Amino acid sequence: MYSFEPDEEQRMLIEAVERYATNDLRTAAHDADEAGELPVELIEKGWGLGVLQASIPEAYGGFGDRSAVTGVLAAEAMGWGDLASALAVMLPATYAMPVLLGGTEEQKTRWLPPVIEAEWKPYVAAFIEPSFDFYAGDMRTTAKKNGDVYLLNGEKAYVPFAETAEAFLIYAVVDGQTQAFIVPAGAEGLTIGEREKLMGIGALPTYQVKMDDLLVPLESKLGGEQGFDFSPVLASTQVAIAALAVGVSKAALDYALPYAKEREVWGVPIAQKQAIAFMLAEMATEVEAIRLLVWEAAWMLDVGKEASKEAYMALNGASDMAMTVTDQAVQVLGGHGYIREHPVELWMRNGRGISTFAGLAMV
Amino acid sequence: MISFEMPESIRKTAVLMETIADNMMRPVARYFDEHEHEIPWDYINFMHEAMKQMGVGSITPKEGKKKRKGPRLGFQRQAFMLEMLSWGDSGLFLCTPGGGLGSATVLAAGTPEQKERFLSCHTGDKPTFDAMALTEPHAGSAMPAEVRTTAVRDGDEWVLNGEKIFVTAGHKALVDSDGFVVIWATIDPAAGRAGVRPFVVEAGTPGCTVTKLEHKLGIRASDTVSIVLQDCRVPFENLMGSPEVKKKKTKGFKGAMATFDATRPLIAAMAVGVARAALESVKQMLEEHEIGIRYGLPRSRLTNIEREIIDMETMLRSTWLLTIKAMWLADERKPNTIEASMCKVRAGDLVVKVTQRAVEIMGPLGYSREYLLEKWFRDAKINDLYEGTGQINRLIVARRILDYSRHELS
Repeated sequence: MYSFEPDEEQRMLIEAVERYATNDLRTAAHDADEAGELPVELIEKGWGLGVLQASIPEAYGGFGDRSAVTGVLAAEAMGWGDLASALAVMLPATYAMPVLLGGTEEQKTRWLPPVIEAEWKPYVAAFIEPSFDFYAGDMRTTAKKNGDVYLLNGEKAYVPFAETAEAFLIYAVVDGQTQAFIVPAGAEGLTIGEREKLMGIGALPTYQVKMDDLLVPLESKLGGEQGFDFSPVLASTQVAIAALAVGVSKAALDYALPYAKEREVWGVPIAQKQAIAFMLAEMATEVEAIRLLVWEAAWMLDVGKEASKEAYMALNGASDMAMTVTDQAVQVLGGHGYIREHPVELWMRNGRGISTFAGLAMV
Repeated sequence: MISFEMPESIRKTAVLMETIADNMMRPVARYFDEHEHEIPWDYINFMHEAMKQMGVGSITPKEGKKKRKGPRLGFQRQAFMLEMLSWGDSGLFLCTPGGGLGSATVLAAGTPEQKERFLSCHTGDKPTFDAMALTEPHAGSAMPAEVRTTAVRDGDEWVLNGEKIFVTAGHKALVDSDGFVVIWATIDPAAGRAGVRPFVVEAGTPGCTVTKLEHKLGIRASDTVSIVLQDCRVPFENLMGSPEVKKKKTKGFKGAMATFDATRPLIAAMAVGVARAALESVKQMLEEHEIGIRYGLPRSRLTNIEREIIDMETMLRSTWLLTIKAMWLADERKPNTIEASMCKVRAGDLVVKVTQRAVEIMGPLGYSREYLLEKWFRDAKINDLYEGTGQINRLIVARRILDYSRHELS
């Protein structure tokens, strides 16, 4: 049966995240973006909502089972508050979720509890690479087996909190397959570069990371000897970023709408002009349609269906939605939309990044 | 609990419809496009018999008399059926006998007795049709506020006078079968839209004449007609809604307008069906030239054709999900005005864009009448026009999200 209603538990979670997004993220977003820094208490409070903890089974320190649908509902609400903070709060999931999905029993027991049972710490993933045609299915970072170790070589970019990270999950190609390795901070052969300067998500500190004959023991390869199946992990990050994009776009719509009802031109609110009203109608339609695409892909992951194509298309649709809707929000505000006093220009900068951000969040 | 599980019973229905689309529609689609106004009796009789055997007089969902087991699925099932039959051929689909837009109005606005009486014509031995007449020569989207067709009470009858245009299947409903047309008329011209009511006019009623058969860009298998009402008398009980016009209260009108919340997603479903036909056809033609679509690649690594196809597929799927949601809300008896207009807006955009691109991508083959792509391009456009243009539906969405009345935003 089709149903488009979150259940009671999901509703309660969404409400909690929405309160946090409204009261904490939204009020902090502007200054955090300008300062290029997130208050630690802000991240800790978001971590305290327990979104990730609720999707990790008790055996590994959590208190629930993974649900990608619940994850995208929470991600949308958090993305509505602020994208940079949402990525920071959700960051440990990029380390923990692949372990949960692809790790051996021993790896899960060893690697998950330190992340889940503690307060928020930067457990991070090194996924994206600094090339224009970066493709997750064809990474340039390599891992070569050499006796009882793997040798990792390559470059990563957009690695959040790399400077202060506890540990990294580094993706690299082994015999043509995308695999991942757990690497502790400070490992020899691992160089953290300068902090990156990006167009958006300015409050999130990100770094380039270099691997130069980085030695990784065999047991640190995710999934052990035979490795793990990358495709559900990729799908998981695609729907997560797509859900955040829905949140960002919804934020832009929710801001532009009341503005248009207040702002007057020739004595009437601009919202009473079809040129503006139609734009708002299209924005709302787009958000509603793409949200369903994201939900469907997440639902497929939850019921164990092959969801690679759907997750890819959800992010494909979400990238265009985020760009179009945030751009239209700036347009509704006119010149005021271009001024950093209003948040729409930040959302437009963040919106452009959606097509690049796969790898930065997981549900 | 959010779920995208297609109900098994709907899946079975869709498979059946696909068989019909493949065998009864696609093979004759071109013929009936090139022989406008020729009636596809083979398809009509087949559908009539099939529906009789299934125990339904129409594909319009009815209020079940039996106790339901599980959730209501009627509207959702209908969306799947219409999508599939329009995938077969949207012109032929519009020739499907049984309940059409007329029945939809009766179902939305009629009393149980009226439903029983008017819809029973579809369960007879011969196929029958119904239609709905709203548009008039002077106004389309401004309807029903500017209805000029009048209904004047005379004892236990109403006397209708006026002219209706663009009535889909009007000829089949009134001339080719013993069906009926729902005529929207005003019982109080001074009251504006509050005075507008739907009336059932049955085939053979004196004073009701089909005056013009339109020649169209597409959906040529389907007839579109003008109807003139000249002192056309119908029984008092053929009025749906209240015979009184209460000041400031427009319940009779609003009840009838609920029709569109049910029919707009159905047009969206039909649009999605045509779009899917075009998209699948292009993919198949490309495959014959050994061009596959590499899903998963970033845009920087895709060819232009791949990017176009993937973007269209993304839009198609999201529009279809929006349509299912609008129908799910209808089945759940929840308000769906916003979703109904949203999916109509997006489906109109979708089908026009996809069919335009399909012809463009296939170049000389796309433009050729050897293939159906150019036909779908012509068929597509009507979906952005009838049951409210893309613009009027944008207006409806905008009013709802802005909480504006039609006076504040028009």
